[in-house]
Amino acid sequence: MRSLWLIALLVLVVALLPLFVTSGFAINFVIMVLYATLLGQAWNILGGFGGQFSFGHAVFFGTGAYAMSVLQVKFGLNAWLALPCAVVLGGLVGTGIGALSFRYGLKGSYFSLVTLAFAEVFRILANTFDFTGAGVGLQLPLKESAADLQFATKTGYLYAVLALAAISLLTAWWLKNSRYGAWLTAVRDNEDSAAALGVNAFRVKLIAISISGALMASGGAFYVQMYRYIDPHIAYGSSISVEALLAAIIGGMGTIFGPLLGAVVLHALSELTRNYIPDAPGVSLIIYGALLVLIIMFMPRGIAGLFGRKR
Amino acid sequence: MLDPAILFPSILNGLTTGAVYALIALGLTLIYGVLHIINFAHGAALMMALYGVYFLHEKLGLDPYVSLPIMVPAMFVAGYGLYRGVIARASHGKDENILLVTLGLSIILENAALYFWKSDTLTIETPYTLSTVNIFGAMISTPKVVAFGGALVATVILLLIIGKTNLGRAIRACAKERQGARLVGIDVDHVFAMSFGIGLACLGAAACFLLPAYYVNPQVGNGFVLIAFTIVVLGGMGSFVGALLGGFLIGIVESIGGLMLGESLGQIGIFVIFIAVLLFRPQGLFGAKA
Repeated sequence: MRSLWLIALLVLVVALLPLFVTSGFAINFVIMVLYATLLGQAWNILGGFGGQFSFGHAVFFGTGAYAMSVLQVKFGLNAWLALPCAVVLGGLVGTGIGALSFRYGLKGSYFSLVTLAFAEVFRILANTFDFTGAGVGLQLPLKESAADLQFATKTGYLYAVLALAAISLLTAWWLKNSRYGAWLTAVRDNEDSAAALGVNAFRVKLIAISISGALMASGGAFYVQMYRYIDPHIAYGSSISVEALLAAIIGGMGTIFGPLLGAVVLHALSELTRNYIPDAPGVSLIIYGALLVLIIMFMPRGIAGLFGRKR
Repeated sequence: MLDPAILFPSILNGLTTGAVYALIALGLTLIYGVLHIINFAHGAALMMALYGVYFLHEKLGLDPYVSLPIMVPAMFVAGYGLYRGVIARASHGKDENILLVTLGLSIILENAALYFWKSDTLTIETPYTLSTVNIFGAMISTPKVVAFGGALVATVILLLIIGKTNLGRAIRACAKERQGARLVGIDVDHVFAMSFGIGLACLGAAACFLLPAYYVNPQVGNGFVLIAFTIVVLGGMGSFVGALLGGFLIGIVESIGGLMLGESLGQIGIFVIFIAVLLFRPQGLFGAKA
């Protein structure tokens, strides 16, 4: 229950933020943190709660982003209608990849590699066909109105990403407090014992990857609406997969607020490095990589692990 | 389209590329076979080795093939140190942890290269860069032919080390049964670090053979990571002969795929093979072992 109150409090504070804070920098920072929370939580559903480490979550992100743009640009669909399609499509790609890999018993490192390979296949496909704009990418026409899910001010995007991040946090809360969530963590901790107790491990993992894919796709859809542009490298490149996994692992896998903590730390660090070491490509990523190694070496439970057994 | 006059050189080209792929994959499969870990930083380590060869050529004027006796020991030492200093400490006994740690290492290495040497793509000029050898009417570039021979020699040396030396016996013992190896007095941690070092030493050799006909930039390793994993999986995790044959096969698939589907879509064949093998025949095409 306490976690639920915390989520409500977080939503309230962020929702009231534009009334008190006018600095564009601060609003933008909160948007980026919530966006990273959404991606991290999507990864966390499968990786943290389910123990299946994906290295290719970009496959869902890119599918959401491309569905959103193709449906609008090529089929003239309204953004509000394209959004659910993008989310469902992301979930379905998750179901498909999950059905293949879990059916054949892929786990651990093998699962990580196969997800990476799927993301590469999608990247090459998106890079080849005119349907997705090939290497040039797709540009959304400018229509700054809430009816088209585009906003003239940052505040609109803040509310949009807040809604999505809140949904992702509530999903994690539900996993902590539901029978299905207990099955999922049981499968993570010991698949054979879980199966012996009557848990259908295949189905449990399949549901997890579908939810995870749908959430990740909503992140891709948000990206497209905010930047109005997508290309194969942004959509299916490895950096988005890494971003999702970093927030969850650094914050704390299998916790409700881990991805949020991870997102705050990562974005604070990247702002700091941008201030103190300007014009240095790659420095913030060097720090991210070092942080990942150090966290796994010394704090495998992530930052959330510092707060004891709190949920 | 499938005119033998085009197909034959393309197969030869694939074979020569495949030999270097095989050398890269051999290091990976050794590390996997002995330590049972997947070294995700393999591509980044290769990128570092390529930069090493590049700077030896640019600053000291050393020919890439002359750099071999420098790069191979240097990469070995780097690998030994990396294992002892970072990887062994971070595992906590879980394979996925090592995968994440090596992912972290690859992020660090790749962006350090980006920071120090910028994102420019660099190549070297050698007297033989543009020369070709005529093989039954097919013109194959000289560096590729040398790479083919060099990769084969390196493989033989590696097989001799594993098969005939005391270190090789210890490595095989640790690969099969690490508890038992420890009981008979083998320093298992040392053997693990040696295996990791030898795995990276293969990359040092691969970099020397690769650079005259190739290029280097901070992202260059990424392309090789999945290819090397594909070869390792195809040949059976931990199998040396499998890695060699897998390397040739992938080289040919890439070459013919590029010929028939175009440069962009041609690469897809490799990943489709990778996914298919992992799903349907995870023990690999050549290996029957688990």
